[in-house]
Formats: sequence, C-alpha cells, structure tokens
Amino acid sequence: MTSLSKGSSAVSTTEPAIEVRALCKSFGSNDVLKGIDFHVDQGEVVCVIGPSGSGKSTLLRCVNRLEEPTTGSVMVEGIDITDPETDLDKMRTRIGMVFQQFNLFPHLTVLGNLTLAQQRAKKRGKAEAIEVARRNLAKVGLAEKENAFPAQLSGGQQQRVAIARALSMDPDMMLFDEPTSALDPELVGDVLEVMKQLAREGMTMMVVTHEMGFAREVGDRVVFMDGGVVVEQGKPEDVLGNPQHERTRSFLSKVL
Amino acid sequence: MKPSTRRRLFQGVLYAVFVIVILVVAFLADWDAIRTNFFNLEVAAATFPEIVVIAAKNTVIYTVIAFIGGLILGLILALMKLSPVLPYRWLATGYIELFRGLPALLVIFGFAYAIPIAFQWRPPGGSVGAGLIGLIVVSAAYIAETIRAGIEAVPKGQVEAARSLGINPTWTMVSVVLPQAFRIITPPLTNELVILIKDTSLLFIAGLALGERELTTFARDSLTSLANATPLVVASLLYLVITLPLTQLVAKLERHNKRGR
Repeated sequence: MTSLSKGSSAVSTTEPAIEVRALCKSFGSNDVLKGIDFHVDQGEVVCVIGPSGSGKSTLLRCVNRLEEPTTGSVMVEGIDITDPETDLDKMRTRIGMVFQQFNLFPHLTVLGNLTLAQQRAKKRGKAEAIEVARRNLAKVGLAEKENAFPAQLSGGQQQRVAIARALSMDPDMMLFDEPTSALDPELVGDVLEVMKQLAREGMTMMVVTHEMGFAREVGDRVVFMDGGVVVEQGKPEDVLGNPQHERTRSFLSKVL
Repeated sequence: MKPSTRRRLFQGVLYAVFVIVILVVAFLADWDAIRTNFFNLEVAAATFPEIVVIAAKNTVIYTVIAFIGGLILGLILALMKLSPVLPYRWLATGYIELFRGLPALLVIFGFAYAIPIAFQWRPPGGSVGAGLIGLIVVSAAYIAETIRAGIEAVPKGQVEAARSLGINPTWTMVSVVLPQAFRIITPPLTNELVILIKDTSLLFIAGLALGERELTTFARDSLTSLANATPLVVASLLYLVITLPLTQLVAKLERHNKRGR
C-alpha cells in the first residue's frame, strides 16, 4: 500500500518530503521558533527531541499548518504550504497526523472514525472506505474492534486507531506529536511497535518524542531542539551517544 | 446537656412543628369547598374529551413547531455569533441580547398585532401562526446561546484532528463538532423545551379560535363558563403528563449517549 501511494504521487524522489526554511513562529511576544532550517527526506524517519517548551511540537504543527508560521517557508513535496493559493485540505490528506491526546471522534465507532475523512475529504465511496479502514485496522492489530466506541478502548488501542485513521488517507508521510506521552507505560510498547512497522515499510516519518530508545533504534536522524532553535542533528548514535553541544548533553543526562 | 441530646431535641422540635402545621391546615381548610371547586369529577368529565383531543394536542403541536423553528434559527444565530465575519457577530449578539431582554408576551403581541397593522402583512397561519413566530423568535435567542456554548465546549483537538485529515471547515462543523455539541447540550436543551411547553400558554394573547386553543386557554375558558376551578387542575395534570415523560426520556438518552463520549 505504501509503495502504491508513493508511486502515485507525482514527485521525484530527490525532492525532500518536508523542507522548512528560516521558520519563525511567535505567540504574541513569545518567540517559540527562532529561524528553523529543517528537512525530512522521502522515506526518512526523523525524530525531534528536546525539553518541553523547545518548540518541537510547534515545528511539527507548522508542517500541516495547524499553526500559522509567522515568517519563513514550509515546503511539502515541493509545494509551499504557507501559500494562500495552496489547496490546504488536499495537501493535508497527504500528511497523516497523530496527536498526543489521540483526538479520536468520540461520537463515532472505530470504523466511523476511519471512514469519515475518506468519504468527506477523499470522496471515496462507502464500500471502498470501509475496505481501506478494515485493512488498516488489521495492520494495527485491532480488526476485532471496528464497532467499539473510543471510550471503550485503552489509551494504547485508541492511539493505534488514530494511526490507522491517518493511514486510511494513504498519506505520503506521517507526523507524530508525542504519540506515547499520554499513555500508561505498559501500553507504550504496542504503539511503538506499529510505528516501527511503518518505518520498516519505508514511510516518511517526523516524530516528536521523548522515547530515546525508539529514536535510537528506528530514527535515521535525530534533531535536538532547545529554545526555538535546532541545536544539533545527526545520526542517532552520534547525537544520543556522543553529543557535541553542552545543551544536548545536559538534556540527555536528564532523560537517559 | 450533651451535644447529642441537644441535637436530638432540636430534631424533635422540627418534627413537632411539622405535625402541628399539617394538623392546623387540615382543621382550618374548608375541604368541602376545595373538593367541589378544584376536584369536582362532574366538571372534570365535562371538559373531556376536548381538553385532550383539542387543547393538549394543540399544546404539543405548538411546542413542536416552536422548538423546531427555534432550533433552526438558534443554530443559524449560534454559527453567526462564532463567525469570523465581524458584522455577523454583531448582528447575532444584538439579536440575542434584544430578545432575551424582552418579555415573550410583548414579542408575541408585536407579531400578532403590531406588524400586521404597520405593514399590512399577515403572518402565515393567522393569529396562531403570528404568535408562533413570536415564540420562535424569542426561543431562538436562548437556544442560540445554548448551542454556542455547546460548540465551544467541544475540545479544540477534535477540530484539529478533522482539519488535519483534510476535512473542510463545513464538514468539520457538520460531522464532528455539532454532533458532539448537541450531546453536551442535551440537558439544557430539554430545559428550553420544557420552558417552551409552558410558554405556549402565552399564545392566548394572539387570539385563538375555538379549535386553536391550547391547554391554559382552554382551562381558563372552562373555568369561566363552568364557574369552577377543576379545569385548571385537569390542565395542570395534563401538563405534567407531557413534561414528565419528556424529562425521563432525555435522562435515558443521556445515559445512552455516555457510551459515545
């Protein structure tokens, strides 16, 4: 499925999936992002780490314009997402997003959660939407839960449904905003396992996370942010194992 | 005196006062007058079946019309009040503040008499129709505020999730926000409905033909023609027959909806 959606997108593989240049974002007088240059290549898994308030979630939310950048540019597959002429809804169907708080639709069943956007945004017929939804539910190991309501599921199951919901749009890339931070420790593993499987299938992923083990094992690149800037980035074993900056060392000494 | 003894003594006094008041009322009341004037079975029988097949039926019909109309207009006003377009917000706010501040009776009177006189235009449905428009106009102001509060109570993450999936703002509102908002406001909305049932009694001011009378008007007419208060009691019981199952039904619905919360 992943290779199919990759092949259908009319983008050359040399172009970065996400390219952020000189991005600044302020909330009133609070400068959250202070000139970020950042990119994610096609098929790459980039983990963004850093202390809370470092701006990593804001950076991720600027990629699909849930936050409006103050200045700078955000290109997704070569298309400027900040351009008012860009069809934002159409772009967003290509960018899957998973939230810390899951944000499943509580009034719909699991199947309803997975088919709603397919029908409303991708204009798929009901039968096709259900077929795609069932395939993705099976993928996250929750095929038997299609008629459950979100409130009847554990946090880990809800987050896997949320991942399946995003995958049902056949996105070219996935954004994860601290996907395991709201979970009980014993439920984290199942969610990470689904994400690892996605990475193995070659999905382009940007993951804001506190899971250093995941970053080390699955990440192609780790980006450390602090105070609204990218402090350092590189291969996981370099950034996590042999950090060059004092701020990175100080952060890692607290979380590892 | 020990505190526990004092407490028991105090409770004893409370019970004694209660019993004495009941006894005094029972002795002083003119039970014969009460029975013949309020619970007169012959008079009650004389009001049937019209009080049910005309009056109670009309009360229900007027309530349903006014509630549906109020919901539609209220929803439009709530969306206007949340609109990014400033003049819409002004208009909605002005409307809501105006009609929440006026007596419903005055508005109904206005639609039934003032507007027809001023513009030579009769609202559809004659005087009842005019009165109902007044009722809709007033109830919409209250319902709009309830719906707006419900929409704002839906967590922001719900809109973000829908928008991040590429669902446009209209569909996000229709299939994600509003269904959750209406679940949240089911209790206050029921309250509006119960208030509306009772407010249909204000329609009398528009002038109702014999077959158009609702419960209160019908009971009042019977009261004068039969010179007996029993029709008021019958009407009261019928109001309770309408409102009590409704509040029970909504409590049931609420329990059912909890599943999807």
